[in-house]
Amino acid sequence: MKSDSVLNLSGKNKVLSEVELKKVVTQKEKVVLVGNPNVGKSLFFNYLSGMYVDVSNFPGTTVSISKCNYKNYEIMDTPGIYGVSSFNDEETVARDVILDADRILNVVNSLHLERDLFLTLQLIDMGKKVSVMLNFSDEVKKRNIKIDTKRLSELLGVEVYETSAVKETGFDKLDDAIENARQGKQELDVYFMLQQVMEKNISQSEAMLVLEGDSSTAEKNNVDNGTPDEREKIYIGRRNRVNEIVDQVEHEDSKKGELFNLLGRLSLNPLTGIPILAVVLVILYFFIGDLVSQRIVDFTEGTIGKGIFEYHLKSFVSDYTPADINVNILNDEEEVIDTRIFNFSEGKSANPDLALQFKEYSSQPGAESDFTFLHPIAKLFFGEFGVVTMTTTYLIFLLLPLVLAFYLVMALLEDSGYLPRLATMLDRAFTRIGLNGRAVIPIMLGFGCVTMANITTRILGSNREKTIVTSILQFAIPCSAQLAVIAVLLSGAGVVPLLIFITVIGSVLISLSTILNKILPGESSPLLIDLPVIQIPKMKNVFKKTSFRTIGFMKEAGFWFFVGAFGVGVMEITGLLTIWQDTLAPLVTGWLQLPKEAATAFVMGMVRRDFGAAGLFEIDLTVMQVTVAIITITLFVPCIASFVVMLKERGLKEGLSIWFGTWIVAFLIGGIVSQILI
Amino acid sequence: MNNSTLQNTQKGNSVVVLNLPEGELKSQFIRLGITEGSTVKINERLPGGTVVITKNRQEIAVGSDLAKKIKVIVE
Ligand SMILES: Nc1nc2c(ncn2[C@@H]2O[C@H](COP(=O)(O)OP(=O)(O)OP(=O)(O)O)[C@@H](O)[C@H]2O)c(=O)[nH]1
Ligand SMILES: [Mg+2]
Repeated sequence: MKSDSVLNLSGKNKVLSEVELKKVVTQKEKVVLVGNPNVGKSLFFNYLSGMYVDVSNFPGTTVSISKCNYKNYEIMDTPGIYGVSSFNDEETVARDVILDADRILNVVNSLHLERDLFLTLQLIDMGKKVSVMLNFSDEVKKRNIKIDTKRLSELLGVEVYETSAVKETGFDKLDDAIENARQGKQELDVYFMLQQVMEKNISQSEAMLVLEGDSSTAEKNNVDNGTPDEREKIYIGRRNRVNEIVDQVEHEDSKKGELFNLLGRLSLNPLTGIPILAVVLVILYFFIGDLVSQRIVDFTEGTIGKGIFEYHLKSFVSDYTPADINVNILNDEEEVIDTRIFNFSEGKSANPDLALQFKEYSSQPGAESDFTFLHPIAKLFFGEFGVVTMTTTYLIFLLLPLVLAFYLVMALLEDSGYLPRLATMLDRAFTRIGLNGRAVIPIMLGFGCVTMANITTRILGSNREKTIVTSILQFAIPCSAQLAVIAVLLSGAGVVPLLIFITVIGSVLISLSTILNKILPGESSPLLIDLPVIQIPKMKNVFKKTSFRTIGFMKEAGFWFFVGAFGVGVMEITGLLTIWQDTLAPLVTGWLQLPKEAATAFVMGMVRRDFGAAGLFEIDLTVMQVTVAIITITLFVPCIASFVVMLKERGLKEGLSIWFGTWIVAFLIGGIVSQILI
Repeated sequence: MNNSTLQNTQKGNSVVVLNLPEGELKSQFIRLGITEGSTVKINERLPGGTVVITKNRQEIAVGSDLAKKIKVIVE
């Protein structure tokens, strides 16, 4: 209807006002990518848009709608669904876009025609204009499966195209596919049933959903929806039609069911799966805990960041502003063998002789220069928490290499198909804490970025599971950036603090989940998940994903670090920081047994947890104090971005309860650990 | 022939699904390709009771509590 009015306007040669013009532009035809989970929809979207949305090898990667413009169309990527209905959040999101779609590109995994064509027939029954993309054609060839696309096209009444989204084969036909999308063939009995509902002035697609018992569509149209029994009848009829079609079009030369490979099987059973998990974790430990966080970061942060970048910048600044510079000379064992203090009460340039001496003295091997600026503005930008100095050193020289490494590992895991198997192996353990194995997926993603993981809780089956996992994410899961800082803080301290950390955080996770499981009403849903084939990660995708996420991280963290450093800097200059430290002193020094400066880390932690943990660098702590501090910071409030997303996903009441809850738990548990350890 | 639940089957068995739990779960199974009367293979049965079945080329993991509610005939 809307597009008609636009046509009329232009037909009458009316001069279009700017507003009207905008309307014409925004009313492009909507082309929606629809398909079962994990069939390659997002790869199609990335190709058409030139953008990047996440592509991974587990069902439920995409949980919200992405849009882009392509030629005269608006293209949309949707979460994967097995059918159009509203059994869960992802389905509701997808359903609304499908109802609104002008054309549909139905992406199908050719290896699983029986499963996937169910949705295809449903879309056709809904009267949508469809083109079917038979994806995974590369795998079909490898496995000697023959699919008669011509016959399939006849049976469905729509165009069918063979594609391989990873190789981008068949993508030259995408324009044709969009243009040729059309309504398919419908069974007569379904058609008659639909007519009865459509008489009430309801569109065919909504009528289909009403018949299948979708209550919100029925409510919208003021009619009664079909019963579950009626839905089942329609579903079984459709299922039988799918099976008939597949019988006619698919021929397999090789034996059936030889698909699952050895590694996939071994990672399922705890007997072999737990050792495999252990190996994965040990490799992770050596890669991130040892190689990156010690060797690489030592070089980037120590040598480049502090030694070159900060030294030259601060030295330059101290030319023009009063500064006290303390230079220590360290030997190979990091012991101070000589020390000298330079006072420049009017800046270095006012005292060239002393400046020269400083330059010579501080250029010796093993020299470490500590600048104290006396002017508040110089302090704010270049001091201990200096907006310019600290932000740059932490962000670029410390966090960047670590976060890059974490994201790389996550991308490899996500693309391998291991996560759904881990979910299956851990299912039993998770049912004990009120969840099912599927919860593994958002929790694992949380180790990458908690903010992102909050949105992925949408894949969980019930509200109580979403509440439990959202809480776990905010309380107990440190994100990659925070882990990075923790790895550096603990590097060289041996495994004991690490084990204490894991045990404490793990116990909090289990207790929290057990308690919530007891007090939340209702029942959790059982595991029902389809397992993708284990594959060697596609390097192109892994690198693309890693770089996009890293850039995203740098942008967001950069902004908040800047704001945070500025805030803390201002607090320091105005004396607010001392007041805050004194207020928290009983808690921090008495209960947690940390120096009172550690209170600063908690201000910083309210902005971002990694930033908070980074605040601990500047303080001299014993190994056990570090352990207490990182436990407290990990349990402490989620970062601002995560908090905002959580409010959006879970509502104000739940979000705020979780936020305040983290304060209590963090200090309670941190204190108890401290009383035991110190 | 042997009546059982999916949870009580053994790895390697082929079973015919006799009865699925009513409601949304049943609809979900139908969409995945499993109806009452379909034959599935037991691919793996984990110690906790979680069962992994194969229908054609598709592997599906079914939680223990759900598997208990599915009646099957062992072939
Ligand atoms: N071999 C092969 N792999 C493919 C093909 N298309 C997609 N994949 C792989 O399938 C996985 C899923 O791809 P995605 O684009 O994330 O799928 P999606 O449909 O968007 O998935 P959801 O968002 O979870 O619904 C990735 O590991 C891809 O590399 C293909 O044609 N051939
Ligand atoms: Mg996707």
